[in-house]
Parts: sequence; structure tokens; C-alpha cells
Amino acid sequence: MTFQVFMQHLANGISLGSLYALIAIGYTMVYGILRLINFAHGDIFMIATYVAFYGVMLLGMQLWWIAFPAAIIFTYFFGRLVERAAYRPLRNSPRISVLISAIGVSFLIENLAIVIFGGRPKAFPIPSIFNKIIQIGDVSIVSITFFIPVITLTLLVGLVYFINQTKTGMAMRAVSKDYEAARLMAIDVDKIISLTFGIGSVLAAVGGIMWGLKFPQLVPLMGLMPGLKCFIAAVVGGIGDIRGAVLGGFILGLGEIMLVAFLPALTGYRDAFAFVLLIVILLIKPTGLMGQKLTEKV
Amino acid sequence: MKKGRLVLNIIAIALFIGLLFLFRMTFDSYKMKILNLCGIYIILGLSLNLINGFTGLFSLGHAGFMAVGAYTAGLLTMSPAMKEMNFFMKPIVPFLAEVEWPFFPALLMAGVISALMGFLIGSPVLKLKDDYLAIATLGFSEIIRVIFTNTQSLTNGALGLKGLPIYTNIWWSWGAAIFTILFMVFLIKGSYGKALKAIREDEIAAEAMGINLFKHKVMSFTMGAFFAGIGGALLGNLLGTIDPNMFRFVLTFNILLIVVLGGIGSITGTVISAVVVTVAMEALRVLDETVNLGFVTIQGIPGMRMVIFSILLMIVILFYQQGLMGTKEFTWDWFFNGKGFRKTLKKEVK
Repeated sequence: MTFQVFMQHLANGISLGSLYALIAIGYTMVYGILRLINFAHGDIFMIATYVAFYGVMLLGMQLWWIAFPAAIIFTYFFGRLVERAAYRPLRNSPRISVLISAIGVSFLIENLAIVIFGGRPKAFPIPSIFNKIIQIGDVSIVSITFFIPVITLTLLVGLVYFINQTKTGMAMRAVSKDYEAARLMAIDVDKIISLTFGIGSVLAAVGGIMWGLKFPQLVPLMGLMPGLKCFIAAVVGGIGDIRGAVLGGFILGLGEIMLVAFLPALTGYRDAFAFVLLIVILLIKPTGLMGQKLTEKV
Repeated sequence: MKKGRLVLNIIAIALFIGLLFLFRMTFDSYKMKILNLCGIYIILGLSLNLINGFTGLFSLGHAGFMAVGAYTAGLLTMSPAMKEMNFFMKPIVPFLAEVEWPFFPALLMAGVISALMGFLIGSPVLKLKDDYLAIATLGFSEIIRVIFTNTQSLTNGALGLKGLPIYTNIWWSWGAAIFTILFMVFLIKGSYGKALKAIREDEIAAEAMGINLFKHKVMSFTMGAFFAGIGGALLGNLLGTIDPNMFRFVLTFNILLIVVLGGIGSITGTVISAVVVTVAMEALRVLDETVNLGFVTIQGIPGMRMVIFSILLMIVILFYQQGLMGTKEFTWDWFFNGKGFRKTLKKEVK
């Protein structure tokens, strides 16, 4: 393998890793607060991509800078709606019911999407700014490959600032530490949880739109695989920890690309890589690479 | 079991077999297929209920075990000539090329191989809990599917297997279903069942009572995998074609739907909801098609059926968490005296 080819793979791996990281953060935030795998996260991602697609269809290609933010705002409210409808009524139920509800709402969204958007694949419109080919030496890279890590990093910095420095962020951390105590400190727990879902959905929406720009084919079940993989990224990094989600996302993205690059014979097993990684991590270090050890309360 | 009850049970089963004879004479092949599916889904629902409902382990790996069972039975029962036709990309591995087993041993083998997979997977992952277990079992089921897609000379890869002999008829499917029901009833009534339920209610307390948690969990998981394999094998030999994409997560979801609607932890509930869901899935196909009432035409929307089912599941989860039966079971006392279903321990809500 020549150096150029390796650099090309590396750039691809980093941009895929950033995408995974961005979506994994949404999982990790929700898990940190509710101790719940939000199975619908992948579907929120899918909805965002479709809304962006229809926005561009409606407004025209030139106005993508209106359509994409509009889709992100829509997804923010959609995420909160999902939380309100499927998770809030089960706040005091056993975890297994909440988990089934999460799977149920995920299937509901998928099936609704099949009915509303149709099952036929759609081509995502790519504004020309994301489609330029950039030459660095002998390595040629599509500009979206650069945009993805930059946007991810910007959002990440903003998010870390929000969580660590603002009052709402502090409330979020309090809720994830102890639910009841946070409520006694006059924090509106429901509002904070809803907001967390909203932020997670915004990240999923940004991830979804960039996913569409990178892999421009939309189908109603497109959220399933990335959703599962990003959850795995969150678990590998240590669920509940934002740095962990980013680390997990990069390990997964780079690992997948490098597996195919170095061992072409295993290309068919690309989708299994994430699951093998998950099981290895769960068996060796169940709390993930950066997770803290939880003690079981009797 | 009291002697009178035993007689009643035997009479009920005999009556039911008579009913099957009646169905066989009156139903066309489409209805017979649905009847077969009912029996198969009872097996699958009960096996998932054993793991999820009675032992309280949230497993999402059922589709994987079904795939193992379906492929095992399929490869063992297919005729050598048919295999040669199927494997045109790459010849089949030599030790399977000339094999042609009768259905019963193939079915048992499907269960055994699937149980072996369950044991191998269960031993490491059953250390995990709740949602970690769910995602790990889901991961294994996906890995099985990916492996089956790639092992061209063993499973024929993404092309799948076509021309499986159609051995499954109502005697096989319902015979296996009745066997599964009886097995589950005896298992749950016995000491093992009590131990499993104790683990479901409170692991720490169960361990303190001297129950070997790990052994019982692995046992429940392995038995669940065994019956899932049998169900998968029956399904494969009913449909005649199998391919790896059949065994996606959606299949596990359908079985989970049956278990949740029937009541997590009720054999009776699972049996009823397996039949109702299977029949309704077919009956509601009307929703996908255009209906012409003569004076007005209702435009069918493809895919509407699954939306209705998803909404139904959400309503049950949000408003009737106990499902149809909760953890209650059918008893003859209730049947004769209407004294209410036998009350079993309610699941503690934490």
C-alpha cells in the first residue's frame, strides 16, 4: 500500500469516525441521564435526513443553507416529541418496559417513514461546496471529508462548554448523577430530560445531513445500522461519558475503514466488526474504555 | 397435577387434534399455511418468553438462533441434486454434499446446534445485565447473519437456499407447539421454574437463597435457543426458501411483539397472542391493498399494516403494561368455576 492510498484511507476513516462520534454523543447523553438505550436515535437521524431532502426539494438547491438548519430545528422538536410520547409516561416503570417502548417507537417511526416517504431509495442533493475535489500532493479528497471533522469538532467544543459552564449544563450533570436529589434542588427534571433529548436529536440531525452528503442514498431503514454502530461506539468508549463517545466513534470509524483497507478479504465482514468489538469490550471492560466503575446497590 | 386434571388435559388435546383434522379437510392451502405459522410462532414466542419473561434476561438474539436452526435443517434435508443446483457460485463443503436426512433427526439436530450456539454465546454474555445484554445478544444475532452472508460454500451466502423440501405440515408444527407448551408448563411448575422466576424477581435475593445464578441463566438461554432453532427449522421447511436477510432484527421484533402483547411471563398469553398476531398479520393485509366497495374505492397504502402493529404495540406498552394475561395462566378451576385466573407472583415494580 502506497503512502497516498494510506492517507486517503486515513482521511476517510477520520471523517467516518467523526460522524459516528457525533451520533454516539446523542446516545451517551440520553443514557447518562435516563439509563436508557434510545433505540429511536437512529430513526431520528433518518427523519432529519429526509426532512433536509424535502427542504432542498422545496426551496431549491441554492437555498440549502436555509433547508439544512430548518431540518435541524425540526429534528430538535421531533426528538422532544418522541421523549414526551414514548418515554415520559414510563418514567417509573421497570427498565425492561422502557426498553421495549424504545424498540417499539423506533419501529413505529420506521414504518411511518416507509408509508410517508416510500420505500424507494432517494438521492440526497449535494450542494457544490461539499462536492469539490481537493488535491493535496497526490491525495485527492472530496471537500465533505474535511467538513465533517471540522463541524464535529466545533459542535463538540460548544457542547462541552455548554455542559461544563452553563447553569442548564450543571442541571444536566446533576440529573445524571442523582435524579431525586436534583429534583429536591428545584431542578425541573422533566424539562432537563426533554432538553437533553432535543440536543441529542440536533447532533443526530447534523450527523444525518452530513451522512447524506457523504453517502447520498436515502432509505427509510438507513438509520438502523448507523444507529446500532454509534451505540456500540458509545459503549466502547464508556457510556455516559462524552469524551468516551468521541473516542469510541473514532476507533470504530478508523477500524472499519482500515479493516477493509488492509484485509480486503474480510470486506464482507465489515458490519460484523463493530459487533465483535462491542462483545470484546463488554467482556474485558464492561464499563467501556473511559467509563467509571459502577457499584451495585442492594 | 390431580388425576381429574390430567384426564381433562388429555381430552382437551384430543379435541384439539380433532379440530386440526377438521381444519385440514376444510381449509385451502393459504389458510393451512397460516395455521402452520401459528404453531411455529407459538414455539418461537414461548422460547423467547422463557428467556425474557420467566428468567428476566432481556435477549434480542432470537433471529440468530432461528437462522442457525433453519440453515441446519435446510442443509440436512435438501437432496444432493438440489444442493448442486443451489451452490453454483462455489461448490458446497464436501461433508454436507451427499447428506440427506429425514425431517425428524434434522429437526432435532437444528435444535441441538442452535442450543450449542446458545450455550457458547450465553456463557460469556450472560454476565452482562439489562440493556447491555440486549445489545450484546442483538450483536451476536447480527454477527451470525453476516457470517451466513459470507460463507459461500457452507450457506450459499446472500443467495440463500432454494428448494428446501416442504416437510412442515400441521402435524409437525402443531405437534412441536404442543410439545413446547407441555415442556414449558412442566418446567415452570417445577423447581427449575421457581428458581428462574426467583432470578427474575431479585437476583441478589435468589443468589442468597442458594440458586446458582449463572447456571440457571445459561440453562434458560440454551433451552430458549433450542426451541428457537426448532422454530426456525420448521419455518425454513415450511417456506421452502431461506436467505440471511430473512433473519434480520425485524423478525426478533415480531416475536417480541407476541410476547409483550400476551403478557411477559405467561404461557397462556403467549399462545393466544401468537395465534392472534399471526392471523391478524395476514388479515390486515387488506390495509395494504386497494378495496373496492362498489360505490367507493379505498386506496390502500402499502406498509400501513406494520404501522398499525407498531401503534398497537406502543399502546400496549404505554397503557396496558401487563399485556393480555400479565403473569396469569389458564387453569381448569377458572374454566369450571370462573373463580378468576390463578394468581402468580406479580412482578415487582421498582
